[in-house]
Amino acid sequence: MNKFVARIYNGIIKENPTFVLMLGMCPTLAVTTSAINGLSMGLSTTVVLILSNMVISLMRKIIPDKVRIPAFIVIVASFVTMVQLLIKGFLPDLDKALGLYIPLIVVNCIILGRAESCASKCGVVESAGDGIGMGLGFSVALTCIGAVREILGAGAVFGFQFIPETFHISIFVLAPGAFFVLACLQALQNKFKAPSATNTVEGSSIACGGNCAACAGKICASNQKKLDDIKAEAEAKAAAEKAAKAKAAAEAKAAKAAAEAKKSE
Amino acid sequence: MNKKLNVSASPHVRSKDSTSSIMRDVVIAMVPAAVLGIFNAFKMGTSVGINAILIIAVCIAVSVLAEYVYEKGMKKPITIGDYSAAVTGLILALNMPPYIAPWIPAIGCVFAIVIVKQLYGGLGQNFMNPALAGRCFLLISFAGPMTQFFADGVSAATPLAELKANGLASMLGQYSLTDMATGMIPGTIGETSAIALLVGAAYMLYKKVISWRIPVTYIATVAVFALIFGADGMFNFQYMLAHVLGGGLIFGAFFMATDYVTSPITPNGQIVFGICLGLLTGIFRIFGGSAEGVSYAIIFCNLLVPLIEKFTMPVPFGKEKK
Repeated sequence: MNKFVARIYNGIIKENPTFVLMLGMCPTLAVTTSAINGLSMGLSTTVVLILSNMVISLMRKIIPDKVRIPAFIVIVASFVTMVQLLIKGFLPDLDKALGLYIPLIVVNCIILGRAESCASKCGVVESAGDGIGMGLGFSVALTCIGAVREILGAGAVFGFQFIPETFHISIFVLAPGAFFVLACLQALQNKFKAPSATNTVEGSSIACGGNCAACAGKICASNQKKLDDIKAEAEAKAAAEKAAKAKAAAEAKAAKAAAEAKKSE
Repeated sequence: MNKKLNVSASPHVRSKDSTSSIMRDVVIAMVPAAVLGIFNAFKMGTSVGINAILIIAVCIAVSVLAEYVYEKGMKKPITIGDYSAAVTGLILALNMPPYIAPWIPAIGCVFAIVIVKQLYGGLGQNFMNPALAGRCFLLISFAGPMTQFFADGVSAATPLAELKANGLASMLGQYSLTDMATGMIPGTIGETSAIALLVGAAYMLYKKVISWRIPVTYIATVAVFALIFGADGMFNFQYMLAHVLGGGLIFGAFFMATDYVTSPITPNGQIVFGICLGLLTGIFRIFGGSAEGVSYAIIFCNLLVPLIEKFTMPVPFGKEKK
């Protein structure tokens, strides 16, 4: 159970998919025109994420390694279709607002990324916790960005208007506003050196910033692993040489001391 | 022998022009249009006239202040002394309708100076004309107040909007071509009077602050485009003159398209730039959704400038042509 809670904390705070990992930028930019749109996009993704994480985790030993990505996509797509039909049936207004971005959850890189880096390696409970955490982290982020854009662009939060219409800067609910808000957020993150994909705290040896979770299975990750291996090997060799030298020196010293002791006798 | 002879690296012959002297000339060139715009606003009512003066004052003050505060906050050298922020503020003010509440252009000034100019590195580094980017920001954000114009106290369409909505005959019934030349038409503070703008432009051409290439090719291309694709048949000269005089074309061509930072420096490039501007303006005005297209055409062509410069690089003296 502890692992389960740790995954949730990890998803919402430590590795927040939007603010820290910077994954899934397409829906982040496109659907956050208001807080409610952001929240509903986040929750739809959460549902798909939890279910697909659990199923992928259950099937992780059956799925052959070479075709895992198509297999993941088939699983994700079936859950997305269910969610989409449910939204269409029960919340037609929301379906209109989110439009194309519901089917596009299939190729959302958060979902594929979690399938790669967590669900295909961990047990069901842990994967479900990871899905809940990442999904909630995504929802929180989208709701925050949506709320900022809604306040500036439409003078409202969750549809409750509190700024009169004259003062609305409506560019913020249009496409450029998404870029302005996200850019300001990144600027603040860089200014305060907060952890993010482009701003790692400890400073990785890799040019991309070292967010290997996003690259798992790709050639760059395997190259990096090879490099790390070579580095580790060289280090081990150097350490062994040093140890051997030290040993030889100690032996020589001992021999000398013995010789001297013999001499003095 | 108390004179020191310094040996320094070239250039040894320097022009007396500096950023501030050029910017001062631009301000002087805009004075006639601004004065006529304020005069027109006073004709609509004293409060409108005072509002127009207030808009100009607020825009200049906010632009300079925004530049000062940003540079102070970022611990950069303060560059408000080169007047470029003041010019940005003045151009933006002259792009505003005279009845708009002054806090709206103030937001546009902050956007123009901080986001478009300073975030990209200050004067000389901005990839887009700051005043026009600020204007487009306001046009999208406050579409209502930015496009509402009045004449004699009642809501009225600008000549171009009338031309687009109801055709040439209806437009000429309301405004004559002489009205358009003298500026007795609804429009933003600085764009209405072709004559006042041309006086300022002549001053800038005389002072060699701008060259003829961009404005002349720009206006000529729009004229040819309007002659060929005009809604009232080909080669309708009244229609063409309405397009040249009725909107922001002359103001944009002489004062905004010629911005040093965001226009090509190669002579051939300037001509290509002018033609691109003219084509885009014609397309936006005649085939597009809105009546006016100068602002969007200029900021779009600003983005093409690096490409245009790359392909029109002149051959250095003595080098063989390919």
